[in-house]
Amino acid sequence: MAAPTSIAVDFSAALVSVPVQAGHWLVILPVALCIGLGAILMMFRDRTAMHGWIAIPGLVLLVLIDAALLYRVANEGPVTMVMGRWLPPFGIAFSVDLLGAVMALAAAVVVLAASLYALGEITVSGRRYGFFPFLMLLLAGVSGAFLTGDVFNLYVWFEVLLISSFGLLILGSEREQIDGALKYAVLNLIATTLFLVSVGYVYAIFGTLNMADIAMKARAPGNEAPLMTLAGLFLLAFGMKAAAFPVNFWLPASYHTPRITVSALFAGLLTKVGIYALIRVLVMLLPVERAGLGPVTTVIAIATMLTGVLGALGESDIRRLFGYVVISGIGTMLAGVAIGSASGLSGAIFYALHSMVLMTALYLLAGQAARLGGSFSLATLGGLYRQSGWFAGLSLVLFFAACGLPPFSGFWPKVVLVKAALDAGAWWIAAAILLTGFLTTIVFGRVFLLAYWRPRSAQDAAVPQPIAWQAGLPLVALAALVIGFGLFPERLLHLTQLAAGGLEDPSAYLHSVFAGAGGAQ
Amino acid sequence: MEVVFAMLVGLFFAAAIYLMLSKFSIRIMLGIAILGNAVNLLLFTAGRVTREVPPIIPSGADTLNADAANPLPQALILTAIVISFSFLAFLLVLTYRAYQDLKTDNTGEMRVAEPKKRPLPPLGY
Repeated sequence: MAAPTSIAVDFSAALVSVPVQAGHWLVILPVALCIGLGAILMMFRDRTAMHGWIAIPGLVLLVLIDAALLYRVANEGPVTMVMGRWLPPFGIAFSVDLLGAVMALAAAVVVLAASLYALGEITVSGRRYGFFPFLMLLLAGVSGAFLTGDVFNLYVWFEVLLISSFGLLILGSEREQIDGALKYAVLNLIATTLFLVSVGYVYAIFGTLNMADIAMKARAPGNEAPLMTLAGLFLLAFGMKAAAFPVNFWLPASYHTPRITVSALFAGLLTKVGIYALIRVLVMLLPVERAGLGPVTTVIAIATMLTGVLGALGESDIRRLFGYVVISGIGTMLAGVAIGSASGLSGAIFYALHSMVLMTALYLLAGQAARLGGSFSLATLGGLYRQSGWFAGLSLVLFFAACGLPPFSGFWPKVVLVKAALDAGAWWIAAAILLTGFLTTIVFGRVFLLAYWRPRSAQDAAVPQPIAWQAGLPLVALAALVIGFGLFPERLLHLTQLAAGGLEDPSAYLHSVFAGAGGAQ
Repeated sequence: MEVVFAMLVGLFFAAAIYLMLSKFSIRIMLGIAILGNAVNLLLFTAGRVTREVPPIIPSGADTLNADAANPLPQALILTAIVISFSFLAFLLVLTYRAYQDLKTDNTGEMRVAEPKKRPLPPLGY
């Protein structure tokens, strides 16, 4: 307290004077827990056998915390916690609304599944290299990005997840990985630097970095600032992160090089953080500019969908093939952003949740297919159905979900998106989504035909290895989620509609930041 | 003063983009280094450049002077410098390792992850 003692100062105008409510600690706990676990794992870097026993209970706890946070946000509306007791917009705020909470929960579930798989896949040298600490710090970055309420902090969390992803990507130091990592690292760093440029302009225009404050100032009438340029910059930066069409070629160049667990995590998490940030900034902060950029976003979305699925059609390595499927899924989410209505956004959010679970499962599946068949290439894989019937059935469930066929999870978001597109009069978006779904069905039909039904070639001498429980359990769990989303979509549809509504009209979010910060009122 | 800074930032961005368009990975790294500094200067300019008083409350007063400099951009730049420095260090090591392992720094020849002559995908059953 540097204020002179002679003057009576009313601190309650600038500082939060009431202790934080116990429940509000949930807002910061997911990030704190991940960083703490990462630090603990670093301390045990010599005892690699213990890593799994520390990481997995920690992740189970994290899933419970995220679920409690989601429950609280769903019942009480957005929650805000301010660091250092400074009242917003000056204090650094963690503001959680439904969108952030549900994405954080999905991320925790995905990482839990992938870390179970890692127990079987990551060897001692991989653990010595720091697989589990990197995993935790990656999750800290992802959770932080979903939960923060400050644009500059969003940038910092992006960097945290980026540097952890570099570490995971080159785990193993093979030539292929170094080649892929160089392209991934350079292009992603340029994308985050572009994001920082946009943050600089946000500060220059609004004089604030708090998202709620920006949302209010951008909606204020008589704003003469060049917000369209700003929105375009954000679209480019986050589009590059999310692998949108003209700036996405780093993804198929790098996603197939690391260990399968790492590929699965990247496919499940990283591009979705880009989509989340795009939705948050363009829809909540700059809605007028998003509408202005609608035609551009539409073109980008359709091009992303179609180039993604056509790339998948031409691939023979299943990991690269799934990388292209990730891209076409990003196009589908961007279509929701391009439509921009509440139902379009809820479709995009639902699709993002579905895609997080599904893409992780698909990459884990690719790892097991290679264990059974001895190769990642469709040219040599064969006879998987003969080797393991239940594995083939599980694969078919995930493939159907990826194609968007009922009764699995990909069906409902596509229905919502197509209906939203038709309601908005944009039949070309609906047509592109349906065409992409049709082509994806061909892609996965081809995979199933060649890798599962085709008899195994005689000269292939690789001895098939049975599926271990560490791999089987997460696959079954993720597939159960995919089936559950598909059979009982009402809850999730309702939730995503509420989340989209909260973005369109962020008054509850603003209220939580400016009135209820830290439980002051 | 802002005009001079704006032109300097533009110059930095131009140089960075020119270098990053190169085929050779070491030039790309130099471009990224300049890009990071361009962004730092941009953040600095975004906080309005003044040559007045440091943002310290004088003794006896309870508010800042009206002509005090804006401390927030400096905090932002400090964070950005730390981050971009660490990333650049990582990237330089990665580039060197790529040069050792792949025997080239020409990105056009780095085709290990995506070989040029891949076999056609199976065309029949």
